[in-house]
Amino acid sequence: MKLYFRYFAIHLKSLTQYRASFVLLTIGQFLTSFSAFLGIFFLMERFQTVRGFTFSEVLLFFAVTLLSFSLAECFARGFDTFSSMLGNGEFDRILLRPKGTVFQVIASKVELSRMGRLLQAVLTFGVAVGTGEGDWTADKIVLLALMTLCGAVFFAALFVLGAAVCFFTTEGLEVLNIFTDGGREFGRYPLSVYGKEMLRFYTFVVPMALFQYYPMLYVLGRSDNPLLFFSPLLSLLFLLPVALLWRLGVRHYRSTGS
Amino acid sequence: MIALRNIQKTFRVPKREAGFGRAARSFFRREYTEIRALDGVSFTVPDGQTVGYIGPNGAGKSSTVKIMSGILTPDGGECEIDGLCPWRDRKKHVANIGVVFGQRSQLWWDVPVADSFALLRDIYGVEEARFQKTLRELTELLELDEILKTPARMLSLGQRMRCEIAASLLHEPKTLFLDEPTIGLDASSKIAVREFLKTLRREKNTTIILTTHDMADIEALAERILLIGKGKILLDGSFEELRKRHGGKKLLTAVVDGGTVPVREGLVLLEQKPGLWRFSVDPALLPVSDAIEALAALAQLRDLTVEDESLEALVLSLYREFRV
Repeated sequence: MKLYFRYFAIHLKSLTQYRASFVLLTIGQFLTSFSAFLGIFFLMERFQTVRGFTFSEVLLFFAVTLLSFSLAECFARGFDTFSSMLGNGEFDRILLRPKGTVFQVIASKVELSRMGRLLQAVLTFGVAVGTGEGDWTADKIVLLALMTLCGAVFFAALFVLGAAVCFFTTEGLEVLNIFTDGGREFGRYPLSVYGKEMLRFYTFVVPMALFQYYPMLYVLGRSDNPLLFFSPLLSLLFLLPVALLWRLGVRHYRSTGS
Repeated sequence: MIALRNIQKTFRVPKREAGFGRAARSFFRREYTEIRALDGVSFTVPDGQTVGYIGPNGAGKSSTVKIMSGILTPDGGECEIDGLCPWRDRKKHVANIGVVFGQRSQLWWDVPVADSFALLRDIYGVEEARFQKTLRELTELLELDEILKTPARMLSLGQRMRCEIAASLLHEPKTLFLDEPTIGLDASSKIAVREFLKTLRREKNTTIILTTHDMADIEALAERILLIGKGKILLDGSFEELRKRHGGKKLLTAVVDGGTVPVREGLVLLEQKPGLWRFSVDPALLPVSDAIEALAALAQLRDLTVEDESLEALVLSLYREFRV
């Protein structure tokens, strides 16, 4: 962990070299997610509720997704540009250092410009909590934090998945963005609004609903099943196949040197 | 101590075919060409030796270095470096080696070199006192004083290479791999790098494996030459042995106004430009004086120089001899 902060400090220093570009990027990130926020706002203005969820409730779903995503992005975006790391031999360099590969890729890039999105997510949280009428008991706050944390790990795992595929294809598969960026877009609304089939898909295949939808029912007071506390943790099972694929990928790389 | 035994490595390269139809077909059914990069490479290097690893492009030099540094896993064979297997004990192994790729940087581009060094200290977990001592030595020997505060991207190539070498030595590795360390450097930087490596060998007894195309590097540094071609070690010996075995030849350069090229046993035409001929003369077959006589008889000589064949020419003739 200490080492991560050392890496972090280096990135921070690099950033100061390109101050203007950093500020503009952050503002840009903020504005793009702000337009997503407005989209929800206008839609809800027209229809009042979506499948029984009010505006501030939908916002809470949106906020959890956005916050998890931008947290994951801040830390794990190195995996997003992983195909270029393979291409330019940077991964060779990583193998030459006496530390784990996943750690080094994570540490190789810190996207502070994504702070714009993070800020947006925090604001959205504020609006959702401020306009809603939920009573915020300690257990709900804890669950919400757990959801966000597991969500961040989940999105990070998606980035790693995309990177692991690069080992076999050299180029990344754009298809996987359906789940990363697509997941973020879908996650603006409760995952149940897309129908039973989609909910099932997001429960069993890409288990986003496990941290975005089911536990939120508890937070919103629509269910009092305490088992829902385990739901976000279950989404972490997604890490297993991803870790496996990553290991396989590293082994493949080291035997082909592509 | 480095020991390689019968290392094998084959790459599968997808065949790319010309023409749209074939390209489309290969999209569905790829055909692969197998390339034997390493075909039973074995050698041992005792501690403290400096080895020049040479061979034409594509001979398998980088593959060998990548295997020894734990980046690549071979298909077969054994490799042991200081009791560790590079690909099985990667993390432990890489803490004992330093690697410099002449064409790739290991410094963080936008921050002062000193910051990159400090991060490397943390990555390798070097003790602060030890680190300061090593850094002081390296700074002095490589004259880094004035450039430590400069971001890596603003360094000249020569300055950067000095920093790269320092960066790979901060954790005091027992073995140093250098892949083309002098590529693109100007004469004075080249000499600085060579002088430093000599000092390193003398004072720290570091084992150095050096791949290069610059024969002056080899001549200045290598106690031993390994020649690889088509994935096999073709030759293993000291520079002097090499010269004795294949050398003794003279290089004859003639400036001429015209005439015909003489054909004699022991006289090989290396290069023919208008007005300039270069020959290699094997004195065992043809005394140099006879060669000059034959030349003077057939051509209008303006100038003539006779010199020892350079290492470069020697290596070139080796490549020819082994057809690599």
